[in-house]
Amino acid sequence: MEWMAWTLPTIVFFSGIGVLLLLMTIWQVVSPSVERKGFLPIPTTRGDRLFIGLLSAAYIHLAWLALTEAVSLWWAFALSVVWLLVLLRWG
Amino acid sequence: MDKPVNQKAWLLVLPVVATVAFSAVIPLMTVVNYSLQDIFDPQTRYFVGTEWFREVLNNPSIRAALGRQLLFSLIVLLIEIPLGIGIALTMPRRGPWVPVCLILLALPLLVPWNVVGTIWQIFARPDIGLLGRLVNGLGIPYNYTGNPLHAWLTVLVMDVWHWTSLVVLLCYAGLQAIPDAYYQAARIDGASRFAVFRHIELPRLKGVLLIAVLLRFMDSFMIYAEPFVLTGGGPGSSTTFLSQLLTTMAVGQFDLGPAAAFSLIYFLIILLFSYVFYTAMVRLGRAEG
Repeated sequence: MEWMAWTLPTIVFFSGIGVLLLLMTIWQVVSPSVERKGFLPIPTTRGDRLFIGLLSAAYIHLAWLALTEAVSLWWAFALSVVWLLVLLRWG
Repeated sequence: MDKPVNQKAWLLVLPVVATVAFSAVIPLMTVVNYSLQDIFDPQTRYFVGTEWFREVLNNPSIRAALGRQLLFSLIVLLIEIPLGIGIALTMPRRGPWVPVCLILLALPLLVPWNVVGTIWQIFARPDIGLLGRLVNGLGIPYNYTGNPLHAWLTVLVMDVWHWTSLVVLLCYAGLQAIPDAYYQAARIDGASRFAVFRHIELPRLKGVLLIAVLLRFMDSFMIYAEPFVLTGGGPGSSTTFLSQLLTTMAVGQFDLGPAAAFSLIYFLIILLFSYVFYTAMVRLGRAEG
């Protein structure tokens, strides 16, 4: 796997995504998701909301990098986590 | 009565999962790894954090290429979708001319992308090309190698020539699927040709049009070979689109870190648009029952 040029932060990042997907799969098996309408303009399942949350987290981080100079990226991460939780609960 | 649970079908999905993992997921993970490092060779690399992302996001050449790319995709859609619908509406529905039309329309789609670029590069040349000489012969000073506007027009016309057929074929298939009963009812009601189009054909074409818009957006947003062969991104950088800039960065300059960050941002833009189109298609499919 040397050719993949792994680093510790990317291992943590992909492990995090993997664990998230695993937990969501277990949650889905234990309690199947029902499509519902929240504040998003479309009816969504739990998986849809996770995908939207992850995609918007990527955009939040990119916007943070583009618009701020020296402000820590952890703020963007915190904002993304809050947004993901809001989306999963009320989206 | 409960349905029997049979999970064996999941085994049939395994080959697809393996293929996608090897062809998409693992390469994508590698690109993510590259995007955070300064890579000199496989053994010599340094972690730089988000530096390449900041650099790419604030790079004026990339911002300009993104603007050009969005403008190009927008113009392509605005021309090819209405033109495709128009041509499909004028095509014969039955008879011996149907296969002739279909074959003629399919021909541009069979030409490889770089060959299309070569064809148009020669065709539009002001000194020896048929189109270039004709336009100049009409008294219009046309030179796509020196004038950015002419280069844009040539790239656009080339794309329309190459890809409108796809929209036509999709719309034609959609039109053929409309039952005759709808037209008979319209005739009984004395509906005009426009009313038939507005209230019968267009609503029934929504599904294929969404697919056509998605395919044409994706393809035009990733366009590379045709403008690369035709104009080489010039004059200046007037027809340099995202993929060409990315290739120059990754292969030409061997800046693997910034190129990886650039390709991830490019990927995220495409992912966002694809998801929006996908959601729209799913919703439309449900609405139509």
